Amino acid sequence: MTNPAVRTVLADLRTRIGSLEGGAACRRGVLPFGVPEIDRRLPGGGLAFGGLHEVAGGGNGAVDGAAAALFAAGIAARTGGAVLWCVTRADLFAPALAQAGLPPGRVVHLETGDEGDLLACFEDGLRHGGPSAVVAEVARLPMVASRRLMLAAETGGGIGIVLRRWSRQGQATDFGQPTASLTRWRVTASASAPLPVPGVGRSRWRLELVRCRAGESFEVEVEACDGQGRLALPAALADRSAPARRRFGGAAG
Amino acid sequence: MVTALDAAAAGLGLAPGMVLAKAQAMVPGLTIAEADPRGDAEALERLAVWALRFSPVVAADPPDGLVIDATGATHLHGGETVMLAEMVRRFAAAGIEARAAIAATRGLAHAAARFSERPTVRLADEVTEAALRRLPIAALRLDRTVVEGLAGLGFERVGDVLDRPRAPLVLRFGPDLGRRIDQALGLAADPIEPARPPDLVETRRVFAEPIGAAETIARHMRALAATLVDALEARDLGVRRLDLFLTRVDNTLQTIRVGLARPSRDGARLARLLCDRIETIDPGFGIEVMRLAATATERLAARQRVSSLIEGTAPDVSDLVDRLADRIGESRVYRFAPVASDVPERSVARVSALAPDDGATWPGDWPRPSRLLACPEPIETLALLPDHPPAWFSWRGVRRRVARADGPERVFGEWWLREAERATVRDYFRVEDDGGERWWIFRAGDGEDLETGSQRWFLHGIFA
Repeated sequence: MTNPAVRTVLADLRTRIGSLEGGAACRRGVLPFGVPEIDRRLPGGGLAFGGLHEVAGGGNGAVDGAAAALFAAGIAARTGGAVLWCVTRADLFAPALAQAGLPPGRVVHLETGDEGDLLACFEDGLRHGGPSAVVAEVARLPMVASRRLMLAAETGGGIGIVLRRWSRQGQATDFGQPTASLTRWRVTASASAPLPVPGVGRSRWRLELVRCRAGESFEVEVEACDGQGRLALPAALADRSAPARRRFGGAAG
Repeated sequence: MVTALDAAAAGLGLAPGMVLAKAQAMVPGLTIAEADPRGDAEALERLAVWALRFSPVVAADPPDGLVIDATGATHLHGGETVMLAEMVRRFAAAGIEARAAIAATRGLAHAAARFSERPTVRLADEVTEAALRRLPIAALRLDRTVVEGLAGLGFERVGDVLDRPRAPLVLRFGPDLGRRIDQALGLAADPIEPARPPDLVETRRVFAEPIGAAETIARHMRALAATLVDALEARDLGVRRLDLFLTRVDNTLQTIRVGLARPSRDGARLARLLCDRIETIDPGFGIEVMRLAATATERLAARQRVSSLIEGTAPDVSDLVDRLADRIGESRVYRFAPVASDVPERSVARVSALAPDDGATWPGDWPRPSRLLACPEPIETLALLPDHPPAWFSWRGVRRRVARADGPERVFGEWWLREAERATVRDYFRVEDDGGERWWIFRAGDGEDLETGSQRWFLHGIFA
């Protein structure tokens, strides 16, 4: 890789493949997470704009989608524009979105009776391009539907997030079925940051990139969204706390 | 002659058709007002124009009714039953006692509204004939002489007439009898000539050759929208509601209604909203006349555009909101707004998607769960009283050991809303089970005093 000739050849190949895959989509840029540990493993260094991304919860989260919703809210908050959020089950609690950096003025919510209508509205929102992020909570995402949504996202240029949420935990195996989305994430709640006093610390998630087009999957433990929707690495991983200095000599000696 | 009376007068034994002198003799001190049929008709016409908010096709049905073709308009008002209740409520607010019915045919709805015990009636399509059979003959919109004549022969219900051979009856009472029955059954056409507001901005196209293809219809929609926009511009108006009337060759009327959240004068946008609905049109043997009317308008002055050199403007999503609202109903596209209340389920209100954003948000001192259960669900717990979080809880049959907990956050009942909440208290805890999942649970009551709540535990939300 250090050979400059090899590097130029590779760069050239990448741009050619990129233009084959869909020229418009490549030029829209990406939304970095701001966590180098994640960003350097994603193609382009972040979540691609003008693309479809899937998020699901692990364990109980497959049914309630609580962590997945907040993960999506954090991404949507960092896009900076208006957000359209489509649901069939209205159990989203807006103050939590506000705490993840999505104030109520930025989010238009939409509630439909069935998933067919939901996907149609989702597609409209993506194609329109006005909202910088469109989130839809669906259970079933057939290949054809995801292909349409992907094309709509390419036209509109916003980030499309499909929040997969099933009515029973057993149905979550559906997450293995192929779709046209660019990335596929699984967010599972894990034990919060330990505190020196009794209480619940900052939430932590086990974040798995299950599938990624033109990238490798990985798994990382992160701290949940802060007030601006940013993730962070737990302190033990980012900067290890300074090891307790052993005292030589001094009072004890 | 008494032509109309109120409920109190009817209770005294008076009836329409009675001679006035007799009525005055029966009830001394009767308040009498001169009948004003023309004034009544004009008022009814005005009422019909007002009722255009419910559907594009509304007409006065003299002497005392309105007829509304609600086909394809009910979903915008939350369904048929909700729409009827809303109509009656609005009339009641204006001091008018109204009765409303919705049915498959105009004749049946007309009859059901007047001859049912309940103020609002909704008749499903499949019960049309059964419902009609039970109604008295007077419900059929017939001449009084015909009704009385049939009563003289012993016919009381419509069912009695339906069971008889029709020809002899028609020979005796005229063709109206058969026609009204067929209309009530939906076998004969029963057109409604819609009321029109006086200062309506509208454009129309008449086709020498009837059109039917979707592309052709779309082309004419665009042309109509463009002409309408010119007319609106001349008057400085923006459109809020747009009705497209399509008259088919067989003289049936179809309508498309689209609403806009903000007044607009953008021809392309109006045309796009209309074109979204093309698949709902049944052109039959062809469409002869297309009429596009701006039935609700607002003042919209010309405004200077902000130059992109100075600042980047946020992309406008109002047209997207319009499209989505037209597709699934206005009440289902919304934004949340904060309400100053500590009770979680009351701290959120739905507002219109394009309501002005005042930047208000919730106080962010305490973490809030991303999912809130519609109803708190009871859980079984083991907890130390008065103010310890539970050691474990079991929800939906799964028992979870609490590893960490935060709380309590005490929420008091809002006594200014309900007297019963004067003493109530909820103690919210944020707990984490040993699987790493975080939950929002509360105890109804302060753990000591039974007056503050039942001291039972509930699960209310799920944290990320």
